[in-house]
Amino acid sequence: MAKGVKPRVKVPKTASAGETITIKTLISHKMESGQRKDSDGNAIPRSIINRFTADFNGENVIDVTLEPAISTNPYFQFDSVVPESGDFKFTWYDDDGSVYEETKSIKVG
Amino acid sequence: MKLTRRNMIAISSGAAVVASFGAMPAFASLADDAIAEITGGAEMGEGALTITAPEIAENGNTVPISFDAPGAVMVALFADGNPTPKVASFKFGKLSPSHSASTRIRLAGTQNVVAVAQMEDGSFQKTQANIKVTIGGCGG
Repeated sequence: MAKGVKPRVKVPKTASAGETITIKTLISHKMESGQRKDSDGNAIPRSIINRFTADFNGENVIDVTLEPAISTNPYFQFDSVVPESGDFKFTWYDDDGSVYEETKSIKVG
Repeated sequence: MKLTRRNMIAISSGAAVVASFGAMPAFASLADDAIAEITGGAEMGEGALTITAPEIAENGNTVPISFDAPGAVMVALFADGNPTPKVASFKFGKLSPSHSASTRIRLAGTQNVVAVAQMEDGSFQKTQANIKVTIGGCGG
């Protein structure tokens, strides 16, 4: 597991039924592209997050495939409809097999 | 035909032209190949898809990019001047209302960022934005 990986997600706490909300996600990760070289001229092996998904109550909102051209600390902003109260589940998949998860609840009032 | 000096020049220049045409496909960019992989070489329309990106990016390590693709099921981003042109592909589920997203990408230098969207009816849309990069972002 890569060091110091910390997901951060911003989701509003409440919404009205059927409302469109904006979600911002950021995960601290080096996203080593595999193009860089260390001081001895050896290539630093690639180590990135290769997939990110967001689901609401099991229904997919967005599914992103990441390539090395995504910046350090991958950031995504996107919209979602909130039909009812429930949980947003965010999942990041690392090249080394680690899976990072974050859940945020939202209330429809 | 007698092989005079004049004939010799004509023949060799002809050969040079043939050789240069033969080398042409080698210049076809990696990005075009990557795009063709997704579209299968299908015709691409324009209009529904828009990219928002800065005209000049000071730091190629984090260039903010956002796109808006109403009616798209999948959007793929490519950077035609990067060592690996693929950047990311986004698939949208039923709960996504706007089919838009923003992220930050790395660009090795001044180049075009190309977005290809697959629409609900299976057709493809394409758009691109030129971004001038002051400091490249691919290490080295």
